[in-house]
Amino acid sequence: MTDYPSAISVEHPPERTGLPSALDPSMLGAEPPAATLARDPVFTIEKLTAFYGNAAALKDVSFEIYQRMVTAIIGPSGCGKSTFIRCLNRMNDVIPSFRTDGKILYHDVDLQARSIDPVGVRRRIGMVFQRPNPFPKSIYENVAYGPRILGLKEDLDGRVEQALKRAALWDEVKDRLKRSAWSLSGGQQQRLCIARCLAVEPEVILMDEPASALDPIATAKIEDLMHELKRDYTIVVVTHNMQQAARVADMTAFFSISRGAEGHRSGVLVEYDATKTIFTQPKDKRTEDYVTGRFG
Amino acid sequence: MAVASRTSSGPGALQRRGRIRPGDAVLYLVTLAAALSGVVLLALITREVIADAWPAMQKFGLGFLTTQAWGDNNKTLFGAKSFIFGTAVTSLGALLLATPISLAIALFLTELAPRWIRSVVAPLVELLAAIPSVVLGLWGILVLGPFITGTLGPALHGTFGWLPIFSSKPSVGSNMFAAILILTIMIIPIVSSICRELFLGVPSELKDGALALGATRWEVVRGVVFPYARAGIAAALILGLGRAVGEAIAVTQVIGNNVAIHADLFKPGDTLASRIAGQYQGADTALQVASLVYLAVILLVFSLIANLAAQLIVRRVAGRHQMR
Amino acid sequence: MSAQAPSADLFRSERMRRRRIVNAIVEGGATIAALLAVGVLVIVVGSVVKRGWGAIDVDFFTKTPALYTGFGPRPESGIENAIIGTLIIIGLALLMALPVAVLTAIYLNELAPRKLANVLTLAFDVLNGIPAIVLGIFVFVFVVVGHGQAAWKASFALAILMVPMIARSTQEVLALVPASMREASLALGAAKWRTTLSVVLPQAVGGIVTGATLATARAAGETAPLLFTSALYSDAVGYDPRQPLASIPMFIFTSAEQADPVLHQQAWGAAAVLIGIILVASLIARWFADRSVRRLKGER
Repeated sequence: MTDYPSAISVEHPPERTGLPSALDPSMLGAEPPAATLARDPVFTIEKLTAFYGNAAALKDVSFEIYQRMVTAIIGPSGCGKSTFIRCLNRMNDVIPSFRTDGKILYHDVDLQARSIDPVGVRRRIGMVFQRPNPFPKSIYENVAYGPRILGLKEDLDGRVEQALKRAALWDEVKDRLKRSAWSLSGGQQQRLCIARCLAVEPEVILMDEPASALDPIATAKIEDLMHELKRDYTIVVVTHNMQQAARVADMTAFFSISRGAEGHRSGVLVEYDATKTIFTQPKDKRTEDYVTGRFG
Repeated sequence: MAVASRTSSGPGALQRRGRIRPGDAVLYLVTLAAALSGVVLLALITREVIADAWPAMQKFGLGFLTTQAWGDNNKTLFGAKSFIFGTAVTSLGALLLATPISLAIALFLTELAPRWIRSVVAPLVELLAAIPSVVLGLWGILVLGPFITGTLGPALHGTFGWLPIFSSKPSVGSNMFAAILILTIMIIPIVSSICRELFLGVPSELKDGALALGATRWEVVRGVVFPYARAGIAAALILGLGRAVGEAIAVTQVIGNNVAIHADLFKPGDTLASRIAGQYQGADTALQVASLVYLAVILLVFSLIANLAAQLIVRRVAGRHQMR
Repeated sequence: MSAQAPSADLFRSERMRRRRIVNAIVEGGATIAALLAVGVLVIVVGSVVKRGWGAIDVDFFTKTPALYTGFGPRPESGIENAIIGTLIIIGLALLMALPVAVLTAIYLNELAPRKLANVLTLAFDVLNGIPAIVLGIFVFVFVVVGHGQAAWKASFALAILMVPMIARSTQEVLALVPASMREASLALGAAKWRTTLSVVLPQAVGGIVTGATLATARAAGETAPLLFTSALYSDAVGYDPRQPLASIPMFIFTSAEQADPVLHQQAWGAAAVLIGIILVASLIARWFADRSVRRLKGER
């Protein structure tokens, strides 16, 4: 069992209920505040509006996501958080009625341009899902799946080992790589999914509520992992758990629901700033209401 | 809803609790008898068929399976060898052709086609299954046969004549090749509709996981869908094979009814089921009848084994996937 | 670890191109396969309609097959005996199969202990897979040898074919009846047998009709069981099930073997009638199935 990050002491257990009016700054991770890190944009989102059919799930979202940081997307249910993150790796393409207006630039490349093949996008921008979804194969084969497709067959064993080590799972499974992935616990399966994602060497890792199906101890391990991984990867995590955002994220984007002219509800970006600022000195009243628990 | 008024109110009514109502008992027994009919029929069929094949089984023993003859030696020698050969060649040939096509159709209907195409094509494929075998046989004799002798046969013989299976030019439309094609048409709807159910049952989160790693649609199918559905596909193939082996009518119409064994597909032949069907106008001697029933015994044994295997696989798969 | 700032080129590479080509080939192949299946269906049904259309007229349904020796004008000929025969044979088969199938479904779904139900269901599934020709031989040795052919014996063979189909369809519908309905009836003091017959079974009628229709359609086209039980029939119209009767599948089967083109055309016509029956039956069955499922799910 790994230690919790030093900032979370016994008096402030992660799963406590009741929200403080302003979170204790010492809870905000052991890393220096994001403001002191260089801000290198990986994604530039410009006026993104997303539609399912005729209903706008997201409206006019614009902000930047920076390299080698953890960016959290928080907000009440239905504010389009999952829709947004799935835009970043073109996973919404599988939904027939989905379309977008606006631009998502990934290092100056328009992700949604016709000439861009989503298959290539997804190799660089990986995703971990809410419920762990390992393939019905062995642990080894799960991690090897990605490299095999890409033709990275040399030293497959080494790649698998590296990925599992980076996902903090190697020690637990190194003696049973041939066993079925479904024999692992929920938390282990999720770390396996992370290892599987790492094995194709992405630049960005998107996480859609990665710990919501896990128990608190497994959750803590995933959060530790996020701290480790952000040294090398850009991480975007959707979470409905504010304290989790406070614990792991450098930057936080707060989405909320706005009622349009005809009463349609769409998600909008309300505020985007360093996590510390969002939780201690939010600029928008809606943000303040949310983080202090008055709504949502 | 009226309550049975026989139950009067008062303490006497409560005392009835322990006893079984006659109505319930009658229903139970009657329905139980009906439900047992399946088992009873299976046992009865097996017993009757073996009993009536017994004279031939006694006379020829297992050598029946290795004897190539029918009515030789003045109607005293019968053997199943050429029919077993014919059954094997036509059924396996049909399975070989039908498997990739059926899997492809199932993939088309589950992964590729937009909804409106699915709703049109799927019922059409099922309709293919509803064509009675005698109609397919009629089509086989009058349409496919001439096509094989006129166009397809010469073409195949011309290009692939060096292969033993195409080594002669078809002179009659009734040959093993026609039987293989007809059987393929019959197997495809069965296998593809089972596979379609299987593919629809693959959890989308598994497919999403593969997609998110940057896999193409084919790679998702090959890496996740097929492995997940592996056992079910096997069951579907076994069922398809069983269907091909048991098909009597359409095959007997197009296969030429010949007791010979050739590698050449353009020559006529015969299968177990088709030979039985071909004798319907009456067998001359008791021995011939018994030999005919012996053929049925072989078919029965095969179909029981194949069906049991397929059903057990299906049940095991259903149980395993519920674990998650 | 992480890539250098990529340009659009990095989303394309030689390997990507190959993978995309493979994917396109597979998708193309799947489409071709589906088109092939539909194409074969169109060709077969098209042949039947095109070649059989000419034979279908009033005489077709009202006259019996006439012997034509090749001299003189051809007498009018039809398949009335086959149509009547099929109706009688199938009707009898349904009469035999329906009660057994429904009672079986009731037992397996409502009354049986789980393990026994599984075993008995397995038996029916295996029975379902026995080839029709084997069933024909079974009935042949069971009741025909020594006694002669008869239409009811053909019905018996077909009934064996139909019972598993109808039983399964009935079971599926019974399973859809909500438990609360049974409980409500029992709570009112009704006995189990009354609950089953008066409350549960009526809900399942749609499924029973569906199963019966589909099974009938399938049985109408089966030839193999008829070969040994009702093949030696006369050209006259018969109504006595104790005699072998003509049937549409047997007519097609025997006509196909002859070298007479007029007979062939009649065979195509009979095939068209058969396919028509099956099509109508499938549509009826589907309509009933949708309706009963919708009813049971509460959307009246």
